[in-house]
Amino acid sequence: MSHDNSSPSFFQHHFHDVEQQYETSKFGMWAFILTEVLTFAGLFVAYIVYRSWYPDMFVGVHKLLDVNKGLLNTVVLITSSLTMALAIWAIQKNLKKLSIFMLTATFVFALAFLGVKYQEYHHKYEVGQLPGKYYSYMGPEVVEVIKDQDKIDLYTRTKNVYFDAETNRFYKTMNNPHIFFSIYFVMTGLHGLHVAIGMGLIAWLIYSTARGKIHHKYYTPMEMIGIFWHLVDLIWIYLFPLFYLIG
Amino acid sequence: MFDWLTEFFFPKQVSTFASDIDNLFYFIFYSSLVLFLIVVIGMVYLSIKYRARKDEPLRLTSSKDHSNLLESLFFIIPLILVSITFVWGIRSYLKMVIVPDDAIEIKVTGVSWFWTFDYPDGGQTLNELVVPSNTPVKLVLSSKDVLHSFFIPVMRSKMDCLPNRYNVMWFDATKEGVYDIFCTEYCGTGHSAMGAQVIVMKPAQYEEWASELGADDDSIPLDELGARLYTQKACNTCHTEDGSALVGPSFLQTSQMYEQERVFDDGTSSVIDDNYVRSSILEPQTQIVAGYQGVMPTYQGLLNDRELDALIAYIKSLDGDSQI
Amino acid sequence: MIENVKQNYLTHPKGIMSWLLTLDHKRIGLMYLVSGILFFFMGGLLALGMRLELAAPGNDFISSEQYNNIYTLHGAIMIFLFIIPAIPGALGNILLPLMVGAKDVAFPRLNLASFYIYSFGALFALYTIVNGGVDTGWTFYTPYSTQSSSNVVPMTLGIFIIGFSSILTGLNFIATVHKMRIPGLTWYKLPLFVWALYGTSLVQITATPVLAITMVLLMLERFLGIGIFDPALGGDPVLYQHFFWFYSHPAVYIMILPAFGIISEIIPVHSRKKIWGYKFIAYSTLSIAFIGFLVWGHHMFTSGQSVFSQIVFSFITYFVGIPTGVKIFSWILTMYKGQVSFTPPMIYALSFLFLFTIGGLTGIFLGAVALDIHLHDTYFVVAHFHYVMQGGTIVAFLGGLHHWWPKSFGTMYNQTIANICAFGVFLGFNGTFFPQFLLGLRGMPRRYATYSEQFVELHSYSTFWSGILGFSIFFAIVNLFWSFMKRNKVDPGSNPWGGMSLEWTHTSSPPHPHNFETDPVFEHGPYDYDKVIVEKTYKK
Repeated sequence: MSHDNSSPSFFQHHFHDVEQQYETSKFGMWAFILTEVLTFAGLFVAYIVYRSWYPDMFVGVHKLLDVNKGLLNTVVLITSSLTMALAIWAIQKNLKKLSIFMLTATFVFALAFLGVKYQEYHHKYEVGQLPGKYYSYMGPEVVEVIKDQDKIDLYTRTKNVYFDAETNRFYKTMNNPHIFFSIYFVMTGLHGLHVAIGMGLIAWLIYSTARGKIHHKYYTPMEMIGIFWHLVDLIWIYLFPLFYLIG
Repeated sequence: MFDWLTEFFFPKQVSTFASDIDNLFYFIFYSSLVLFLIVVIGMVYLSIKYRARKDEPLRLTSSKDHSNLLESLFFIIPLILVSITFVWGIRSYLKMVIVPDDAIEIKVTGVSWFWTFDYPDGGQTLNELVVPSNTPVKLVLSSKDVLHSFFIPVMRSKMDCLPNRYNVMWFDATKEGVYDIFCTEYCGTGHSAMGAQVIVMKPAQYEEWASELGADDDSIPLDELGARLYTQKACNTCHTEDGSALVGPSFLQTSQMYEQERVFDDGTSSVIDDNYVRSSILEPQTQIVAGYQGVMPTYQGLLNDRELDALIAYIKSLDGDSQI
Repeated sequence: MIENVKQNYLTHPKGIMSWLLTLDHKRIGLMYLVSGILFFFMGGLLALGMRLELAAPGNDFISSEQYNNIYTLHGAIMIFLFIIPAIPGALGNILLPLMVGAKDVAFPRLNLASFYIYSFGALFALYTIVNGGVDTGWTFYTPYSTQSSSNVVPMTLGIFIIGFSSILTGLNFIATVHKMRIPGLTWYKLPLFVWALYGTSLVQITATPVLAITMVLLMLERFLGIGIFDPALGGDPVLYQHFFWFYSHPAVYIMILPAFGIISEIIPVHSRKKIWGYKFIAYSTLSIAFIGFLVWGHHMFTSGQSVFSQIVFSFITYFVGIPTGVKIFSWILTMYKGQVSFTPPMIYALSFLFLFTIGGLTGIFLGAVALDIHLHDTYFVVAHFHYVMQGGTIVAFLGGLHHWWPKSFGTMYNQTIANICAFGVFLGFNGTFFPQFLLGLRGMPRRYATYSEQFVELHSYSTFWSGILGFSIFFAIVNLFWSFMKRNKVDPGSNPWGGMSLEWTHTSSPPHPHNFETDPVFEHGPYDYDKVIVEKTYKK
C-alpha cells in the first residue's frame, strides 16, 4: 500500500503513485481544454453564419474597431504567454524568485489587456456601438444617403431607412450593424471573462509558490494553469483577425 | 392499399402524394414488424430454452460469442432495408418540394392564435382555407409573431411558419370536403385552439367563391354579420359567448357590463361603450382587463369599418334577454 | 470471498458533515440517486397531471396555461434534472471506480463540487416551479422564449449551471477510465458499462458547452436584446434550433448510452454467459457517440432548411440505426447456451429489449423525410422518444438499480414484489404509449392542452394505463428503499447473481470506505463464464 509515511504531502491517496497523479491531472486538463474549445466553437459558428448573411455589413462595421488597440492587446497577450512559460521553466529549475517574478509579469500583462479592453468597451458605450436593441450609433461609417429620394417607398419595408429633418433627406443604414456588435461583445466578453479567471488563478499561483506549496518537485497546478493560459491566448489570436482585420 | 387499414392508421388521403407516403409507411411498418418479431421471438425462445432449471448446478457455459455469418446478416439486412427507406423517403420528399408552375398561390400567415389566408385575386379569409380540387395549390407561409407550423393531416403535409421569412409548401387536393388544419409548433396559451379548416371545392365552385370574396356583406344585418365574424375571425378562440373565461374575457360579460366601469390591470378603469370595444379590437394592448394577460394581436387591417360595427352590434346583442 | 468486514462506506465515517463534505464516490453517488429519484417522482406526477387533463377533450381539469407549464416542467425536470445527471451521477459514480479497481474517481473534490453545482442548478429549477413555472417547452424555441412572461431565465440559468456539473462528471469519468485502471485491466477487459460511461462522458464534455453557450445567448437575448435569435433585429430563430439540437441530439446519447451499458452487464450476469460480440458493442458505443453529433438536423425537417441538408441529415440518421440494431441482436444472442434466471434485473433487461426495439424501429419512420413531414411534432414523436427514453433508459435504470442494489447498499429487496412491479411497468408503459403512435399517425399534434373529439378514445386509453405505469414505478422504487429501511441485510460477502466484474468479486456489500480491503488483482475478465465458475452466494 502507498499509505507509508514517506509519501510527499501533495500526494493524494487514491492514486497509486505520484506519477499516476501527475498524468491524471494533465489528462483531465486536456479534456477540459476540449470543452473550452467547444464552448467558443458555438460562438464561432454564430460568427460564420452572420458573416455569411451580412458580408458587406461585417466588412463595413469592423472599421469601427480600433485596430491599434487590438494589435497592442495581441502583443500583450502573446508576451504574457511567454512569461507564463518562463515561470514554469523557472520553477522546474528550482528558481523560485524568478518564477514568482514571471508569474507577476503575466498577471500585470493580463491586467493591461483588460485595461485596454475596458477602454475599447467604454468608447463603444459612449458612442452607442452596443449590441442588439441598445445600438444607437449612426456615424458616417454605417449610413449612406439614399440616392433616389423619390423612390423611398421601396426601402421603407426594410426598416433600415430613416429620415433626417435637418438635411431633409432619407438615409439608409447598413444591414443590422448591431448584430456585429452583439457577436463582438459576446465573444470578446467571454474571452475577457476567461482572462479575469486566469488572473485569479495566477494570483493564487503567486501566493502558493511564495508559500512554498508549489516547488520544483510539485508544480502540476502551475503547469495546468499554464495550459489554460495558452488556450486563452490562442483564442484571442483567432478573435483578433476575425474582428479587427477583415475586409 | 387496403382502405380499412388506411382509415385505421391515417386520416383520409386527399393530396396526390398522400398514398405514396402511406405506402412508404406500410413498407417500413411491415419490415419493422418482421425485425421486431425476430427480436421478440428470439428473445423469448432463447431465454426459455436456456433457462436455469430448479436446483440445476452452476456450470461453465459456452464460450461462443460471435458468428461471422449472423453478424454480417444483422448488418446487411437492416442496411438494405434502411437504404430502400432512405431512397424512397427522399424521392417522395422531392415530389413534395417541387412546386408545379401552374399552382395557384395563397399566402398563409400565422398569428397567435389564428390563421389568415390571402388569395391571389384579393380577399382574405380567417381560419378557413378554400382551395379548388385537382389543382396544385402553393402556400407561402410566414408568421407575424412567434413560430407556428401549418399542418394538414389529410394532405400529409406540414411546414413551419417563421417571422420575417417565407417557407413554401404545396398540395393538389383530390377529394372535395372539409378537413382539419392544426398548428404543430408550440406558440403559447392558445396553441391547441389554433385550428383551422381547409375547404376543398370543385374548381368551378371555387371560381365563384373567389369572385364573391371581395364583395361586401351589405345585405346582412349587422348583428348577424357580427355573429358570423365571431367564428370567421377566430374571436371564439379566446372569447366565449356563454360567460366562461378562456384566454380573454367572455363577450357575454362585456355585453352585460355595457355602460359600466371595467377595471384594467394597471389600475385604471373605463366605461364600456362602442369606442372601448372598437379600440380593444384595434389596439388590444393599451387596455388589458384585470386578471388577463395582454396576448391579443391587433386586428388593424383585418376588419373594415362595417365589420367592426358588426362585431360591436353582435356583442351588444348577446345580453338581449336581460335588457327587457 | 470477503468475510467479516467491519467497515462499510454507509456507516463509516459517521455524522452529517461526513456526508456533506464526503469525497467518497459511493456517497456522492447515493446523494445523486436520492435527489435524482425525487426529481423523477416530481416529473412523474407532472406527467400524470397531463394525462389526467388529456383523458377528455376540453379544459376540464386545468387551464391551457397550466397545462403548458406542466408539460414544460415535466420535460425539463425529467431530462435535465433526472435522466442526464442521475444515471451517470448515481450508478456511474458508485460503480465506475469499483469496476476499474480504483480507490476513487480521478478527482474526488471535483466530484463533490459537481454534485453541489447540480444541487445549486436544481434550486433554480425549484424556484421556477414555486414562482409559477415556465411555459415554453423544454426546447425553449425562440422567439417565443424571448417573449414569454414566464420564468424562462431562472430555468435556463438552472440548466446552464447543471451543464457544468455534467461536464465535470464527464471529465472525471474520462480521466478515471484512462488513468485509474488496475494493472492487467486492459481496455478490452473492461466491463461494458465502463465503455458506455466513457462514451457518455465524451459526449458530455463536447456537447454540453454548446448548450451552455446557447443558454447564455438566450438569456442575453432576454436581458439585453442582442438580437442574435430575434428576427425583428435581423437575427435568426432557426439558428437557435441548430444550436439547441447540436447539443440536444447528442444528449439523447448521453441518456441512452449508460442504459446500453447497464443492459450489457445485466444480461451476461443473469444468463451466466459470455457476452456476444464484446468488441462490437464497445466500438459501437463510441461510433454512436460520434455519429450522434452529425444528425441534429433531423429535428428540423419542417423548419424550411435546404433540400440538401434534409437529404444529408436523413442519410446520416440511418447510420446511427445500424450499430444500434446489431447491439440488440448481440444482447439476445448472449443468452444462447447460457443459464438464464428470471430475476428482477433480468425481467427489466428483457422488457428493455422489447421496448427499445420498438423505440428504435419507430425512429426509422421518422428518419424518412417524406414520412417525417407528416409525423413531425405529432404524438408519434412523443411515443417514439418515450419508448427510447422511458422504455429504454428508465427501464434499464430500474434494472440496474435492482441489479446493483444488494452490492451498493447491502440489502436485498423482496424479489416477488420487484417482479410484479417490473411486469406492471412493462404493461403500463405499452398501454400508455402505444396508443400515442396511432394518435400521431391520425394527426394529433403534440403539446395540445385540448383536442378534438376524434382522438378521445385513444387518449383516455392512454390515460388509464398511465396510472398503472405510475403505480408500478412508485412501488418498484418503494420496494427497493423499503429493504433499506427494514435492514434486510445481505451477508457482506454476498454475490447474489454470481457477477464476475471487480465490484462483485473483490469488494464487500456494501463496499469498504476505500473500496477494496487490499489492492485488487485482476484475475479474470468480466464475462468469463466459460472459464470460471463464480458461485451465487446470497445469505441473510
